[in-house]
Amino acid sequence: MPNSLDMKTTNGPRGPKPRKILSRRNIILYGTLIFVAIYYLVPLYVMIVTSLKGMPEIRLGNIFSPPIEVTFEPWVKAWAQACTGLNCDGLSRGFWNSVKITIPSVFVSIVIASINGYALANWRFKGANLFFTILIFGAFIPYQIMIYPLVILLRDLGLYTKLPGLILIHTIFGMPILTLLFRNYFTTIPEELFKAARVDGAGFWGIYFRVMMPMSLPIFAVAIVLQVTGIWNDFLFGVIYTKPENYPMTVQLNNIVNSVQGVKEYNVNMAATLLTGLVPLAIYFISGKLFVRGIAAGAVKG
Amino acid sequence: MNSIEIKNLSLNFGDVKVLKDLNLTIEKGEFLVLLGASGCGKSTLLNCIAGLLDVTDGQIFINEQNVTWLEPAQRGIGMVFQSYALYPQMTVEGNLSFSLKNAKLAKDEINRRVKNASEILQIEDLLKRKPAALSGGQRQRVAIGRALVRDVDVFLFDEPLSNLDAKLRTELRVEIKRLHHKLNNTMIYVTHDQIEAMTLANRIAIMRDGLILQLDDPKNIYNFPINKYVAEFIGSPGMNFLQGHINNKDNVSFQIDDTLFELNGYNFQTVVEDKRPVWLGVRPENIVVNDGNKSLPVNFDVVVEVIEPMGADTLVWSHFNGHEFRFTVDGNKVINIGEKINLGFDPLHISIFDFESEDRL
Repeated sequence: MPNSLDMKTTNGPRGPKPRKILSRRNIILYGTLIFVAIYYLVPLYVMIVTSLKGMPEIRLGNIFSPPIEVTFEPWVKAWAQACTGLNCDGLSRGFWNSVKITIPSVFVSIVIASINGYALANWRFKGANLFFTILIFGAFIPYQIMIYPLVILLRDLGLYTKLPGLILIHTIFGMPILTLLFRNYFTTIPEELFKAARVDGAGFWGIYFRVMMPMSLPIFAVAIVLQVTGIWNDFLFGVIYTKPENYPMTVQLNNIVNSVQGVKEYNVNMAATLLTGLVPLAIYFISGKLFVRGIAAGAVKG
Repeated sequence: MNSIEIKNLSLNFGDVKVLKDLNLTIEKGEFLVLLGASGCGKSTLLNCIAGLLDVTDGQIFINEQNVTWLEPAQRGIGMVFQSYALYPQMTVEGNLSFSLKNAKLAKDEINRRVKNASEILQIEDLLKRKPAALSGGQRQRVAIGRALVRDVDVFLFDEPLSNLDAKLRTELRVEIKRLHHKLNNTMIYVTHDQIEAMTLANRIAIMRDGLILQLDDPKNIYNFPINKYVAEFIGSPGMNFLQGHINNKDNVSFQIDDTLFELNGYNFQTVVEDKRPVWLGVRPENIVVNDGNKSLPVNFDVVVEVIEPMGADTLVWSHFNGHEFRFTVDGNKVINIGEKINLGFDPLHISIFDFESEDRL
């Protein structure tokens, strides 16, 4: 008898249950994931290889084949020499315009929206709900309705076709969604913390800067990502509210790609497109983790 | 001298009347506990005193000064919250000194006060840590310390121990009591835990629906509850209630079906007429098991149904005339289920409530 007992204790299942790596479940799961990933990455691949080829190689027509002779000429040309209209200084001008537009717009809109959200979440003033409803309603009005009135408004302010005008537009249009984002995040911060800060003698700004803001870095990261990508990728406002020497990068890209004069330089176009997409991509990779965390914490709850 | 005086305080949230024309006077150095079930307005009252809620009507005085319109920080109060409410991105030291920095105190004064408070609460070793690296008990100590550094006359506690486990709760309870003896400042403490209320308070205010039902010292609240609600709320295990009526034929007695309990020795507040329907309330711990000598004025038999040993005592569940009836016996006494037991009590230790109004008679 003691023998069989020993058998049971030594030979029975013990520790983690072994799992097959190539189970049907895994094959389907990873197969689907890999397929979808390839499907989405193929255009990017084509863009990258094309941008590294010379024009003779492109004319061969094998768009999937890797470059035989790698050249960075198209990138240099896209950045510094490509022509739009009479200007032949490449995308660099558009890039710096976009920087000049994006940085102040992101900064101003986030500062205002976070204070809005904080006031709406913690300092319930009379009419706060009405104010909030109107603001959120703004998010659902199609842009097109407001384009012409805003042209007139900017003209009367003397800001039409100027960069500050476009910055103002971006700030206004960012307001509803950003305020909602911040308000929802701030309402998830325990109310007792806010009460404790009031008992401790901190005022409106003291609580905002010393208590709320340090606790809300993830949502600030989310707001930055949203705004940088949104404003950098904007085309409509850029083309309407600025003039050629102030065009943002997206508008300039369009003008390069759609130019009807001369030969279509696919490699330059691809390089230009990649250059334009680089900034949002970089922002996403830098703050991707924070972004997901902030979305999960702020936008879903509350 | 009065530390806090609340005059005709009302607070409405829209149509809901949370506090109704409430009056309360608290002496200097008193430990007052606001006790009640959730939703009775006890935390709301505390928030009004702290200045975190605007009152609808009435006045609040702290140290003879009308503070009704003052900001929380100007009222000379410190507050401790249930969730600790420590600033997560600041160190313990930062948490303690936050209010002092806001008050723009001199640096060495801030250091002196932080040092003093952390010594009293024995959190000197934790000063450089962030709240996330503290245990629940340590966090609540820091939260108390945050009130302590402000050097105020009035401490407000909003269910400070409810988030802690049972053992820590009893430890910190004693510590709060020690702190009160040491500082001797006024403390108002909100809780729904009657043990905390009984152990800590100089006086307990039992609240229900925005009103204070009874305001008295713990002993009186326990022995002479003003109505059936208070009697039910205080005491664990809860009071037994028997429904019957008064019988004045020979002596004043309580009649339930055919059984008569003579009430000699019970102090009626008013003259009670014959046949008046009443509740008789008696606490499980005031029931005595008669070992045959029947020395008490009231005697009756019950059958043991369930026994719950609790160490020092054993709680016994039974029925008497259709009413559930609990009593405690010494933990060492051997009792068997199904056993018939003779019980007795002294009318001095019971409460009689009117059946309709449920007020004490």
